[in-house]
Amino acid sequence: MRMLRAGRWITVVGLVLLAGVYVRALAYTPVEQSQGLAQKIFYLHVPAAIWAELAMVFVGLASVFYLFTKDPRLDRFAAASAEVGTVFCAIVLTTGPIWGKPIWGTWWTWDARLTFTLFLFLLYVGYLLLRGAVTDPAARARFAAVLGICGMCEVPFIHLSVYMFPTLHPMPIVLKPGAPSLPWSMLSTWLFSLGVFTLLYVGFVVQRYALSYLREQLEAVGEVGHA
Amino acid sequence: MLRAEGLRHSFGAVRALDEISFTVQPGQTLAIFGPNGAGKTTLLKVLAGLIQPQRGRAEVAGGRRAIGWIGHQPQLYAPLTVRENLRFWASLYGVSVPGELLSRLGLEEHADRPVRALSRGLVQRVAIARALLHDPTVLLLDEPFTGLDRVAAEALSRLLAQHGAAGRATVLVTHNVEEGTGLATHVAFMRAGRFVHFAPRAGRGPQQVGEEYRNAIA
Amino acid sequence: MPLPDLLRHSWSVAAKDLLVEFRSRTAILSVAVFVVLVLVVFNFGRDPTAVSNVDLAPSILWVTFTFAAILALNRAFQLELENQALDGLLLAPIDRSSIYLGKLVANLVFVATIELIGVPLLALFFNVRVLPYLGPLAALIALATVGFVAVGTLFSAMTVRTRFAELLLPVLLLPFMIPPLSWAVLATGRLLAGRPLSEIVGWLNMLAVYDIVFVALALLLFPATVNE
Repeated sequence: MRMLRAGRWITVVGLVLLAGVYVRALAYTPVEQSQGLAQKIFYLHVPAAIWAELAMVFVGLASVFYLFTKDPRLDRFAAASAEVGTVFCAIVLTTGPIWGKPIWGTWWTWDARLTFTLFLFLLYVGYLLLRGAVTDPAARARFAAVLGICGMCEVPFIHLSVYMFPTLHPMPIVLKPGAPSLPWSMLSTWLFSLGVFTLLYVGFVVQRYALSYLREQLEAVGEVGHA
Repeated sequence: MLRAEGLRHSFGAVRALDEISFTVQPGQTLAIFGPNGAGKTTLLKVLAGLIQPQRGRAEVAGGRRAIGWIGHQPQLYAPLTVRENLRFWASLYGVSVPGELLSRLGLEEHADRPVRALSRGLVQRVAIARALLHDPTVLLLDEPFTGLDRVAAEALSRLLAQHGAAGRATVLVTHNVEEGTGLATHVAFMRAGRFVHFAPRAGRGPQQVGEEYRNAIA
Repeated sequence: MPLPDLLRHSWSVAAKDLLVEFRSRTAILSVAVFVVLVLVVFNFGRDPTAVSNVDLAPSILWVTFTFAAILALNRAFQLELENQALDGLLLAPIDRSSIYLGKLVANLVFVATIELIGVPLLALFFNVRVLPYLGPLAALIALATVGFVAVGTLFSAMTVRTRFAELLLPVLLLPFMIPPLSWAVLATGRLLAGRPLSEIVGWLNMLAVYDIVFVALALLLFPATVNE
């Protein structure tokens, strides 16, 4: 199928470029003074975190439109976006502690941002579990949409609740008011990485979307064959 | 009184309704016969508005308030008494429980017993009372005779005959041709989501309808 | 549908649920026993010399309440599935929202009953002074409870119709319990430590916002969980 192949190509290009990001980050970008080499993980960590959260917003928006139009394509997209969001959350949750151990001296701390990502991850896991627990496709889509919309609305509240805890987290560097206080070489590497992650998100989602479409087709053929 | 236009609906890959159209006029009783899985219950649910069909339209004059439903399940709360159950459902329709309803169904002496203590046949009678308490003009019946004892089955037949005589409409689905034919003014056979036969009963008896049904379904 | 009708139907549904619960009394009794057990277990699972009771009490209170509420929430729609009474509710000429509101009210009464048992027990077992702060504490508990019970009632309408309903509801609900729970714990701590009320007003406001957002959202979304 064309779409699946397109998704594969986008992903392959994304992965090659990701290798490029690291070549650039390690060889051509200066080492940050206070954090040393550990800071290099930032080029992976922050773009993944941004897309992990954006993916939830897309799940929620697709869910809203699904409830109005009942278009199965929106449901398929929401499911794909949730799965990719889960993977990105997992990346954030593994790279965070790897960075935290040398810098903070501990693998895990109930730091606001880390906690936030953990809850986001749990939201995604719940969403995927709910999808797995419903057999009727129409009910599955409706239930998932309800949870997806609640999930999207929950995101700001989790933000509010976790940011009341004291944080050790580096403050936003790129997205703060005024000009970013980052040397241009680091910023350009980071922007490059953000672009690559966008590409990866698109590639993964397109593949998941195509796969679930194919599976639905197969199920249809299988059912008709039995009847 | 009741109209279905080009109804189509599927569950995943299974087509439950396929281009179903018919009308039922006041005083008519349509009996729909079909094997299990033919889409009978789905059709009834679409008519009742419980399922939004993917294509087509179903219309009942008077909307939800006009519908009375008797299904496989009694839709009663087992820990509550018969009277409490009926009072609850009546409150949703904004009516009070008609006094003679209990006596007509022979439920007076059981009115203060919890539903869970009643026999299957009695529970079904309460379910009938539940469906009739708001004086519906369209009755939708899903295998209503299943689990009824003789007395209750006769009482139900009598009620349905009165209902038809009073100029109201009934749709009844069942897989048992013997049960429904006597009451029907119109007969339909359903297979794999389609009407394969739809005609006035025109004096045919259960035996004749049964034979035609077996031929049509086979 | 006009508002008085909506409220009347909601009340019918809630009153029926409570009557069913009153007849069987199994759920409320088992949850009450559960609350007692959790409080007792907490008593043995702590070191009284290391942490003072007043510091620990808010966490104990809210952990107990949330677990007890989760146990109770599936019950509301389980009841409707038993004889497919839910189809009857959907057929009745009432607004879908009134079904949700009725369930919400019944669940709130149920959870409030548990909380009425839990607070005195907490005061008794852990020797925490509750009486001077009873008014603000009641308001705080009410605001926090409405939020997660509203979401839980919506989710239970879905989970009861899936496999592993008992397991799925807590998994779905816990991320949604975190914000009200964390605010409630912080505010309860201040309250029991005898700090001025002005310190907890911010949390009360946030709880109120959470309640409004999620009750409104649940009212809007509930029809999608039952319409086929």
